[in-house]
Amino acid sequence: MKIIAAMSGGVDSAVAAARAVEAGHEVIGVHLALASNPQKYRSGARGCCTIEDSHDARRAADKIGIPFYIWDMAEEFHEGVVENFLGEYAAGRTPNPCLRCNEKIKFAAVLDRAKAMGFDGVVTGHYARTQIGPMGKTLHRAVDPLKDQSYVLAVLTTEQINGAIFPLGDTEKVDIRIEAEARGLAVAQKPDSHDICFVPSGDNAGWLRDRLGSEVGPIVDNAGNKIGEHKGAYTYTIGQRKGLGLTIPTADGSPRFVLKIEPVTNTVVVGAREELAVSKLIGEKTIWCGPAVDEKPQRGFAQVRAHGAALDCTYYFSGTQLVAELDKPLLGIANGQALVIYDADRVVGSATICESA
Amino acid sequence: MSVYLDHAATTPIFDVAVKAMTDALTKIGNPSSLHTEGRSTRKDVEDARDLVAKAVGCLASEVIFTGSGTEADNAAIKGLFWKSGKKIIVISAIEHHAVLDPARWLVEHEGAELIEIPVTKSGVLDLDYLKGLVTKRGSEIALISVMHSNNETGVIQPIAEVVKIAGSIPVHTDAVQSFTKTPLSYKELGVTSMALSAHKVGGPHGIGALILQRAYEIPALLHGGGQEREIRSGTLNAPAIVAFAAAAASKIYEASKVQELRERFEAGLLSSAPSAYINGVDAKRLPGISNVTFPGTQSDSLLLLMDSMKVSCSTGAACSAGVHRPSHVLLAMGHDEVSAQSSLRFSLGANSTQADVDFALSVLPTVIERGRAANQK
Repeated sequence: MKIIAAMSGGVDSAVAAARAVEAGHEVIGVHLALASNPQKYRSGARGCCTIEDSHDARRAADKIGIPFYIWDMAEEFHEGVVENFLGEYAAGRTPNPCLRCNEKIKFAAVLDRAKAMGFDGVVTGHYARTQIGPMGKTLHRAVDPLKDQSYVLAVLTTEQINGAIFPLGDTEKVDIRIEAEARGLAVAQKPDSHDICFVPSGDNAGWLRDRLGSEVGPIVDNAGNKIGEHKGAYTYTIGQRKGLGLTIPTADGSPRFVLKIEPVTNTVVVGAREELAVSKLIGEKTIWCGPAVDEKPQRGFAQVRAHGAALDCTYYFSGTQLVAELDKPLLGIANGQALVIYDADRVVGSATICESA
Repeated sequence: MSVYLDHAATTPIFDVAVKAMTDALTKIGNPSSLHTEGRSTRKDVEDARDLVAKAVGCLASEVIFTGSGTEADNAAIKGLFWKSGKKIIVISAIEHHAVLDPARWLVEHEGAELIEIPVTKSGVLDLDYLKGLVTKRGSEIALISVMHSNNETGVIQPIAEVVKIAGSIPVHTDAVQSFTKTPLSYKELGVTSMALSAHKVGGPHGIGALILQRAYEIPALLHGGGQEREIRSGTLNAPAIVAFAAAAASKIYEASKVQELRERFEAGLLSSAPSAYINGVDAKRLPGISNVTFPGTQSDSLLLLMDSMKVSCSTGAACSAGVHRPSHVLLAMGHDEVSAQSSLRFSLGANSTQADVDFALSVLPTVIERGRAANQK
């Protein structure tokens, strides 16, 4: 097949491209320029969009022996990912921008463009597997549980999965580094990227405050009594305990946690740990990564964070909403988080949490 | 078959230049040394200087070898500015970054004022605008810099007229693209300074020349051993200099042949892609450059597709990140950002053939079709 290898400049995408070449594909390396004003140098473990990263990707492509280009996706990234991120926070939700990037950029803008140009698909360094069976091509967890990225890929439709190649899903990260070393790739020991790539400082709260403002507002308890002041509701997350700056203690001295963020009234609601517990998750904007699910309850697993646990659940689709009833209650769920459903290790689909109880 | 149509970026080195360079590489002697070996290398350098001077129509003493065309432009722009004690730098809106960026640097760091002269839709300097400016503010102008021909469109600029309008104001011209491609005489033009580059004319990389009037002193960028009239210190790069001269004097580039091929290419292109149009087509152009806009496409997609079909061409300007940006040259010619990013530059060279042109034409329809489809995504 003729495929585009999306190369961030990191070790994973470099090995993925090399493996695709070895599998007999005709591969062209593409680095996505996602920042409109890229930094010259990488700082710490953040981001993949500096000029230095693009140079690392180019050198990996040289080593692998494939053509290399840079595609400017900064505008698409800003609209589809950064603005969405800000919009979600402004609405009091907690988004995961990596899912949006996979949904709107890597397996949409890039894949569509690649197909129009005569390519068959896109190879990336994501840790996930695909299998071909009676349900067609399906998305599965990687063998390395610590690196598994199937959660952030759970926004891919069957058609997108058909155009995606994930050569790393069957290998543990530690072995990928060894392989990169053996292949002579200079990025073999490059640190993993963490955090949000478009927040180069790593200070998410500060970044949000700069863009959404930091209007002071009340912190209230569940009964509506004002017990403190916050410095911008957007910068708090559900379940947060530290940094609330509350001076009035609870009657029994137990700690308070953020229960709710109400952007319209600019209010942060706090309460006891037990009040964070939910056992029913309801999601909208459902995407099926394989056959659609109906209203018939089925047993499976729910996951609500990128590297969160697989929670035993019963799930069904109401016709408009994806519902997961958890066997054991869960603490600190925020609207905007992605609910991903698994059938054993197969990704069934995902939805954006809009309600929990 | 693979076809190279990016000769304006760099053109293959001529055999005569390779021979001159490899012979010189194994020869001992610093041209500044006083002994036999030094004098012998110095003689090679001075012979080369004579050849370059003859090829560009200047005195040998007016040739200052530099490390690149960019260095020659920087030396001229900064040197003329510092020498003048005046504030205004006048350049065309379509200058190469080697002129544009030092001018902007002087604005940022030395308090210069930069005035850009617009061009017509065909990409030719607006002489009336320049005239008006010189009449109004001539006494404040440090220098005027207008390229001899544009690197993206090949459009030749009216330098002799610029010099006339300038009067006593120093004029620099970046003649990197024009040298050996179109009649060029330093003396006849009457400019103060001119920049040349070897690798555009069949010479090696890393060598260029600043042509500067005899006895016209400007502050140096590089200080050291005092070589090259104390304007460009540094051990003379004898192997590169002799190779530059060999290429410049070779007359291997046949303008009429290249122009015929360009005409064949443009005729074929316009018949297979009727919506395409050639930028600067109404102006006098260099023989080998064809800058084409393909509406409804993005040039970086087109370039990738051309490349994958073994045809090398260029999108024009790229920023340091390698990301394609709309060309300031095309914007100055009235393009909007979209159409400026739908353009490719094809440039032919001394060794281009009819088969090259025909092969490029044969892949174009597929490339344009896929490029359009990709643009709709």
